[in-house]
Amino acid sequence: MNTPNPRPLSPHLTVWRWGPGMLVSILHRITGGALTVVGLAILAWWLAAIAGGDESYAKFNAIAGHPAGLIVLAGLTWAFWQHFFSGVRHIVLDTGAGYELKINRFWAVMTLAGSLLATAATWYFLLGVGK
Amino acid sequence: MSLGESATPLGKVEGLGSSHHGGHHWLEERFTSVALVLLSLWLIFSLIMLPVLDRQMVGEWLHSAWGAVPMALFIITAFKHGVDGLKVAVDDYVHQDGNRIAIHYLLDMAGIAGAAVSLFALARIAFGAAAA
Repeated sequence: MNTPNPRPLSPHLTVWRWGPGMLVSILHRITGGALTVVGLAILAWWLAAIAGGDESYAKFNAIAGHPAGLIVLAGLTWAFWQHFFSGVRHIVLDTGAGYELKINRFWAVMTLAGSLLATAATWYFLLGVGK
Repeated sequence: MSLGESATPLGKVEGLGSSHHGGHHWLEERFTSVALVLLSLWLIFSLIMLPVLDRQMVGEWLHSAWGAVPMALFIITAFKHGVDGLKVAVDDYVHQDGNRIAIHYLLDMAGIAGAAVSLFALARIAFGAAAA
């Protein structure tokens, strides 16, 4: 009952040739993990800082506005958009559509392009460059 | 467990897969993902639309029902979806039942604790005096 399954496991990340499909697939898991562990922790901290008062909010702002903080937030923004577009692709794939080789590859690449563009656009507006 | 040829199609696949229980969680993760498409876009656009992100502006936004209610829904749905996703990853990489169940349990506790802290903070903002 408690013995690990002795079957050989797929060493897919280390052995198979990399392609857009598998890259987007593993990125979906990595970005989802980062959004949950880091992103939701920051969300809880941000809300607590707002509720806590001016001093605690200033503290949050100082850390979030620090270059290292901005890199983390920008990384999370990209993780969000990558997971978002990849997630929408998964919902479409769940209907049984989009498995043709070229179409599947095309939309995998599009999630990568879309996430980079959307990240740039988000920060363009967030920093008020477009206002 | 095998009933051979007499098993129904459902009976043949039940309990298979790395989580050993089936479609309910799979569906639930899709339901929360569809809700999060709307809620996460709402959050991003709300943050962009706020003229500044100082405490007074953010406080006023979350003090109104238009800010507080979707934010509460986002907190609940995002923590649920996040914990569900981490559990799926654990199912794939942790093969010993005892460890797998223990990690699931810890993930549930962490997720519920995180959601409770977030909701409590949101309630203080929403029901507190309007931001000074």
